[in-house]
Amino acid sequence: MQEVRVGTASCGIAAGGLAAYNRFAELLKPDPNRVILKQTGCVGMCFREPLVEIVEDDHRRTLYGEVTSDRVDRIVEEHLRGGRLIQEWVVEEKEFLAKQKRIVLRNCGEIDPFSLEAYQARDGYRALEKVLASLTPEQVIECIAESGLRGRGGAGFPTGTKWRLARAAPDPHKYVICNADEGDPGAFMDRSVLEGDPHSVLEGMAIAGYALGADQGYIYARAEYPQAVHRLRHAIARAEEKNLLGRNIFGRGFHFSIRLKEGAGAFVCGEETALIASIEGKRGMPRVRPPFPVEAGLWGHPTCINNVETLANVPWIILNGAPAFAAFGTERSKGTKVFALAGKVKRGGLVEVPMGITLNEVIYGIGGGTVSGGPFKAVQMGGPSGGCIPASLGDTPIDYENITATGAIMGSGGMVVMDQSTCMVDVARFFLNFTQNESCGKCTFCRIGTKRMLEILERICIGQGEEKDLKILAELGEQIKSSSLCGLGQTAPNPVLTTLRYFYHEYEAHIKEKKCPAKACLALVELYINPELCSGCGLCLKACDSGAISGEKKKPHQIEPSTCVKCGKCITVCRLGAVEKR
Amino acid sequence: MAEIITEVHQPGTLPAFGRMLWRHRDEPGMLIPLLQAAQDTYSYIPPLAIEQIAEVTGIPSSEVYGVITFYKQFRLQPLGQHVIKMCKGTACYVSGAVTMGQTIEDELGVAPDENTEDGLFTLLVVACLGCCSLAPVVMIDDQAYGKLTPDKLRKILRQYRKQAEAGAGGGRQPW
Repeated sequence: MQEVRVGTASCGIAAGGLAAYNRFAELLKPDPNRVILKQTGCVGMCFREPLVEIVEDDHRRTLYGEVTSDRVDRIVEEHLRGGRLIQEWVVEEKEFLAKQKRIVLRNCGEIDPFSLEAYQARDGYRALEKVLASLTPEQVIECIAESGLRGRGGAGFPTGTKWRLARAAPDPHKYVICNADEGDPGAFMDRSVLEGDPHSVLEGMAIAGYALGADQGYIYARAEYPQAVHRLRHAIARAEEKNLLGRNIFGRGFHFSIRLKEGAGAFVCGEETALIASIEGKRGMPRVRPPFPVEAGLWGHPTCINNVETLANVPWIILNGAPAFAAFGTERSKGTKVFALAGKVKRGGLVEVPMGITLNEVIYGIGGGTVSGGPFKAVQMGGPSGGCIPASLGDTPIDYENITATGAIMGSGGMVVMDQSTCMVDVARFFLNFTQNESCGKCTFCRIGTKRMLEILERICIGQGEEKDLKILAELGEQIKSSSLCGLGQTAPNPVLTTLRYFYHEYEAHIKEKKCPAKACLALVELYINPELCSGCGLCLKACDSGAISGEKKKPHQIEPSTCVKCGKCITVCRLGAVEKR
Repeated sequence: MAEIITEVHQPGTLPAFGRMLWRHRDEPGMLIPLLQAAQDTYSYIPPLAIEQIAEVTGIPSSEVYGVITFYKQFRLQPLGQHVIKMCKGTACYVSGAVTMGQTIEDELGVAPDENTEDGLFTLLVVACLGCCSLAPVVMIDDQAYGKLTPDKLRKILRQYRKQAEAGAGGGRQPW
């Protein structure tokens, strides 16, 4: 029987995956016994969404890209009924997948996330069964510690150590929390796992619960992920029905239940003490550590907080053994890491690579280089807490220590590629604007210091920067890092500090020459109309409030630089993209 | 054969606010879920809901208000008929999100977090919609529009306006 799998993660749906699915359902209704139609999570090749995979009786697979609902008819007619391949729509996976190793994403895109049976058919919940039947909690912790698994939320704390500390806490009432508050703009790894393979996270949590002696787990999911929340809710209910969660699991006297808490939109709640405050129903403000959550966390009880990706690794490690996991990676960073590859890269999407692979291998090998075909300029890692790594460091192996040495951080896995058209000062301003907005306001340096830094960057971007600004930026940055309580403040200056370190000349160009080398800062460029593209429709002329545009109808128009205020309105009204910057 | 599905989260799928309030009044940590239910029911958090929560749970209304203003999700104003979520995540930002924002503000005369005068649109700026490969992205109600140019975006916005003028609705129902 043929199988049709339609990718319906959030990104697939955004591209029209649901409409394609419904069209398949409609067309295939007459012959339900010939074709199975399934939804799956994200296979990771976001650049060709919506994706449809067809699996033949003999397991041969064909992946079609950009299958919007209007393409479905032809696929049903020619491929499913006629047995002919539609060559021009086929997606070549080889290059994209060759360097990847899928542990966390082992089931994403392979199984229907709504089907518990599909997860079980791929060894789902067997790790939990094994743990309950044959391992002591200490042995489980030993296994995780031996595997070398470190926290995938960004900081890289050894998971085994965290579990051991939580287990050792004398209070018998403990909690496991799954941190699914993935807030970095440009990062969507956790969402893909939750949407594509929710049970793997539940199983990981239950194993954690057994290891440290907790009977209650919480998942704190980001409010902006309605799909993930929906699928998690469904998965929890199914697992409870089958007694894979709840009381006396597998008849072994172990109780564990999971509750889902939706966040309400606050970036700082990704920080563990703020997250706990938020679950308790308060304003999500971080507090001083110690005591650490493993000693006194949720409602004052010992609490172990792990990230989605960390937990999704756990069942695989239990089943395949710690040495199999530790075989991947470098000496101090074991296993794989999932990255959300985006920005000016040709093949953007979700990739899982063994630790130790270089940045160049990911960007050129898997991502296919930049959209423009030229070399990349920088890659931003770690989101607003991370930094920009220049192309000259493209041979840096990806592991916690090496990435930290560049001034960026491993972070949760956002990897945004930037090319020559990206202004690094502007990018620094963008991230600082983000953290400035998201600062909870508790620590003075984070609250006011970031504001002052942002003001300076804004001045630089409009050509009013002074030379002493750069020194002040660096000084303030260091002070904010050393005088903030939580991770948000301690890392907020990173995007500025790394760009200062690697792209000092761009700051100088903005300040001394009043020029933006990337031609991104509107105030520092000259707008002109490309006569070859302009049709003389007059839209820009009408839109221009300062009367800087002139020209006869149906003939190319011109912008008078001396009266142009560079508001950019002409760019937004032009239908032909004829307004350019120089 | 699977049924035809429309399983995207729709407003109004959470248990109604009133029921939830009484059922969970003594449970610790329920303030945020209660506020979410209130917003799901009314599209914003009306003053009456704050009063009711304070009265039933015993949490002072000043504290309830403090929690509301801390989290971006909560609104104290009702939504317009169509909600525009403009993505300003990293990938969208480097792909021209600023120009898209200008285009929306210019076309509709609306600033972020505001409603248009006719109540047809609400503009929200969000950090990341998670479809980075389609950047720049704007989501209107539950439909995402990707790989936008100013021209495409204007056409889409005008389409919504036209539909509304024709009385076809088709979007979010005002509750």
